[in-house]
Amino acid sequence: MKTLVTAAVLALVLPLAACGGGDDGGDSKTITVLAAASLTGSFTDLAHRFEADHPGVHVRLAFDSSATLAQQAVDGAPADVLATADTATMDGAKSALAASPKTFATNTMVLVTPADNPAGITGFQDIDNSHVTYVACVETAPCGKVAAALIADNHVTTKPASLEVDVKSVLAKVTSDEADAGFVYATDGVAAGKDVETFAIPHAADEVTSYPIAPLTQSQDAALARQFVDLVVSDQGQQVLHDAGFGKP
Amino acid sequence: MRSQRTLGRPPLVLVLPGALAAALLVVPLVTLVLDTPWGSFVDQLRTSAVRDALRITALASVATVVACLVLGTPLAWLLARVEFRGRTLLRAAVAVPLVLPPVVAGVALVSALGRSGLLGSVLRETTGLTIPYTTTAVVIAHTFVSMPFYVLSVEGALRSSGEQYDVVAATLGADRWTTFRRVTLPLAMPGVLAGAILAWARSLGEFGATITFAGNYPGTTQTMPSLIYQVLQTDPEVARTLSMILLVVSVAILAALRNRWLTTP
Repeated sequence: MKTLVTAAVLALVLPLAACGGGDDGGDSKTITVLAAASLTGSFTDLAHRFEADHPGVHVRLAFDSSATLAQQAVDGAPADVLATADTATMDGAKSALAASPKTFATNTMVLVTPADNPAGITGFQDIDNSHVTYVACVETAPCGKVAAALIADNHVTTKPASLEVDVKSVLAKVTSDEADAGFVYATDGVAAGKDVETFAIPHAADEVTSYPIAPLTQSQDAALARQFVDLVVSDQGQQVLHDAGFGKP
Repeated sequence: MRSQRTLGRPPLVLVLPGALAAALLVVPLVTLVLDTPWGSFVDQLRTSAVRDALRITALASVATVVACLVLGTPLAWLLARVEFRGRTLLRAAVAVPLVLPPVVAGVALVSALGRSGLLGSVLRETTGLTIPYTTTAVVIAHTFVSMPFYVLSVEGALRSSGEQYDVVAATLGADRWTTFRRVTLPLAMPGVLAGAILAWARSLGEFGATITFAGNYPGTTQTMPSLIYQVLQTDPEVARTLSMILLVVSVAILAALRNRWLTTP
């Protein structure tokens, strides 16, 4: 019984101790960047570059849907920088922004199918067929707003089989062969590589999403937060984003 | 009161953590009630998204209970009354979904019954049918996570009611099916009812396995928890209203169970 109690106490206390351990490295600093899920690859890369340029600085990344992150920023989550996948969610976080947001990238939507293309899709118009199971984001997410607009613009009459909460879930449904096609960002198509086949969507150029970034008021180190934003909009940052499939701001 | 006097005052070392535990459980629910925009409560109930989600949730939870009664009762009886090899192992396996994170349950269901899953692909090739994105998938996901509650509850009731009545029935000439119908099941009825209510409650709140395996589309697979999660991203106030609806239903279930849990022995 005694060992059980000890184990229980340890189980409760150890994670707390681990949390407190972050400041151990003398003058090491941590900045937290909240970024839209579609930025996962490029921001991980940029964070490594930032850490290389700023010895002793650790960049903590949190990826989620833009709406969730904006809400967290407004609620005072301990974070330094916010980057979202559309301007509307950034506007929603206005009260938490330390500077006006800068647009650093754009993205367009594409249609992806699993690598073996089970439904034999040859172009976007093929999804307008009751035998094709396709998925998109729910309209409350930025990726869903664009998908819904494109479905309307192209007069698609069939409905998605499922409305996923974020674009990564859409991609997962496609790569796991649970859907014949899915609406994802061009960058997701690039990131998925050989796992998917990518098709252009007519009128996609009319529904370009802009990615804004801004430092947050609750930042403990405003200078570092600003420097991270500067890296993202710099030529070096733009090259990383371009390689990931993003368009110019 | 008399034992209080002889045993002395309850020690602070027990009272303080106990009060903290009670506060942790009660305060968030009270704040949810206080934060609910009651003015628009009825209007929210009338929107088609909420009506659809309520309908899917009600339909799925009732179908889940029926599936538990029809399939779970025989399983509980087998586990309690029939000796066979691997029974202990099977009982442990049946209990696993109890502790499984629901998302993992969803991933497991996809690997078995998804379009390219082990069984799902066979079904698709032979009949052209696919399970994901249908209300059937919602019911399967809910049954997967709810059945263990039901089976363990009924099995417990069968064990505690004892085998001796079955033996008596057998000596009086009843076959095993008659014994089950007329003796075993009526004796285990409290366990059957409690198990059914537990399974129903679990089904009402199911989210992870459903959204992973069945997807999320209004009118076919979107349940109340899925809708709450989705609305939370844009309109937290509406999300609180919807949460309140589920809270009211949950409390109603607890009221139905009050004889079992709320009265001290």
